[in-house]
Amino acid sequence: MTDPSSPAPESWRDWLLTAEPRSRHQARLGRAYVTWRRFSENRLAVTGLLIIVALVLVALFADLLAPHSATVGNLAGARLLPPGSPGFLLGTDDQGRDILSRLIVGSRITLAVVALVAVIAAPVGLLIGTVSGFAGGYVDAVLMRITDIFLAFPKLILALAFVAALGPGIENAVIAIALTSWPPYARLARAETLGVRNSDYIAAVRLMGASPARIVVRHIMPMCLSSLIVRVTLDMAGIILTAAGLGFLGLGAQPPLPEWGTMIASGRRFILDQWWVATMPGIAILVVSLGFNLLGDGLRDALDPREAGR
Amino acid sequence: MSHSNAKRAAGLRRARGVLANIGRFAVMLATTYLGLLAVTFFIGRVVPIDPVLAIVGDRAPASVVERVREQMGFNLPLWQQFILYLRQALTGDFGTSVLTTNPVMDDIIRVFPATLELATVGTLIGAGLGVPLGVVAAVRRGSIADQVVRIVGLIGYSVPIFWLGLLSLLLFYARLKWVAYPGRLDVAYEYTFTPITGLYLFDAAWTRQWDVLWDAFRHIILPGALLGYFSLAYISRMTRSFMLNELGQEYIVAARAKGLSERRIVWFHALRNAAVPLVTVIALSYAGLLEGSVLTETVFSWPGIGLYITNSLQNADMNAVLGGTIMIGSVFIAINLLSDLLYRLLDPRTRVR
Repeated sequence: MTDPSSPAPESWRDWLLTAEPRSRHQARLGRAYVTWRRFSENRLAVTGLLIIVALVLVALFADLLAPHSATVGNLAGARLLPPGSPGFLLGTDDQGRDILSRLIVGSRITLAVVALVAVIAAPVGLLIGTVSGFAGGYVDAVLMRITDIFLAFPKLILALAFVAALGPGIENAVIAIALTSWPPYARLARAETLGVRNSDYIAAVRLMGASPARIVVRHIMPMCLSSLIVRVTLDMAGIILTAAGLGFLGLGAQPPLPEWGTMIASGRRFILDQWWVATMPGIAILVVSLGFNLLGDGLRDALDPREAGR
Repeated sequence: MSHSNAKRAAGLRRARGVLANIGRFAVMLATTYLGLLAVTFFIGRVVPIDPVLAIVGDRAPASVVERVREQMGFNLPLWQQFILYLRQALTGDFGTSVLTTNPVMDDIIRVFPATLELATVGTLIGAGLGVPLGVVAAVRRGSIADQVVRIVGLIGYSVPIFWLGLLSLLLFYARLKWVAYPGRLDVAYEYTFTPITGLYLFDAAWTRQWDVLWDAFRHIILPGALLGYFSLAYISRMTRSFMLNELGQEYIVAARAKGLSERRIVWFHALRNAAVPLVTVIALSYAGLLEGSVLTETVFSWPGIGLYITNSLQNADMNAVLGGTIMIGSVFIAINLLSDLLYRLLDPRTRVR
């Protein structure tokens, strides 16, 4: 007990769950442990986590995992082979390309799209929401009116129009989706900010002479993070579906990029006879967005027990 | 005497409150609509490098380019262009479609009933199944039924709707032959049937053409069921959440203590209170289906506004794309505000005192 860094006399569990943590580090780890325990009790949530971890690993090692080239096919001997053909587990498409390899390499595009949208939209929403909530008055009124205006737009249609003007392509699809997905984050961050802005610790920091910018960045933004993370995770499925929808309409990633929605669009012509060409990428989209939804649900239940099971 | 004075004062306060609410509403509607038009203006005029070249093509002689530029007001400062754009949009003038050569507004009026009919069928299916499923899931919380409803809902949130549409066409049209070919009617009826409102199911029933009604039903059932599943996922989840909230209230305990049957408590007392926020949810899902129809209509060749927008997109017909965007955006905004208004009407607690 004399040395807090070596919890030998107690078990790790007791050290983590102690009611009197000796350091900030210990308190944080303890909370993380409790959250993890709550999360891991939920079998569906763990399934979701496993799916996402698998997605990340597949995307990282796509070059090693893909048995064939994702863009160059064998036009002579391997066109439209059914699943289970020797060497082509999920079959081949109309250009003789291995569908499994295309799915594996395409996971990179999917992951990049959700990551980029989250990296662009979440900080924008966080900044607007916290500033709006903390400043109050006219700043709040104007910022929230703008947010509400964007919130009242149909997202997919607006993304369509943006891409139509910017020109098709995966980068423009990302920009269009990000432009339409920040408002809920701003609303959420504002609500959290209003909850803490009048609390004692903010008053204490202010008395110590912290500037408004410092208060917002160091003391309010961290309080918004957990609910923001939950919300972003839950939105990931929607982002994937929107990106795939844009790809399906020919506005997202362009061939020969193995984007999953684009693959469904190109398989549409053979749907009656070679069903697997369009079916396989759809299953991939379904599994990954299901994974994000399960993970988001589990995170919400674990981080916010009040809402658990809703 | 003083009593009636107090009453009058209360009445005045109430009237003022209602007026303030209406005023707030008008401001919200106006600013949101202005925002929508500002965004479409930005997309149509600012994002493309040269909107004139987009119209006349890059092989047009310089004199033509200059003339079109002046005709369309592109030589004016941007803010004047925006005023011009606002004036045109507010009078329903979205320009002419390059593809169909009609005014965009005429095209939209022609195709919109198809989308409306599809979204309505979808919402009816979604609410008709989603609400009971959500209630059952809440009453039997944690049971197998609850888990099944949850999984069905989660898959609905996660599945790409265009892909599910393709697969269901493959199964129910191509293999099983249960439903009709994509489109709204068989070719045989396309020329003999003259629509009145453009809602084919309604028109056929109204004019007692039962064979047309059956044919229209066979065409709409698959895309309608698909959109219905989409909204079922959302509605059942929200219903469950609202019902759990209500079932934990004290008036439920009181109703049980009075000896009311469980069925009456759940389906009458609790559901009636949960119905207030549910109206908002159903209205929002209806608006969502109008938007979701873009992908569904493309898959099912459903000649609604979604297909109109995507067809125009393929042909770089920006007037039509933006007109369609404004149209769906306007309906979306209107439904959003209406559901808010409806909520205030239905829930006595939100009324002004």
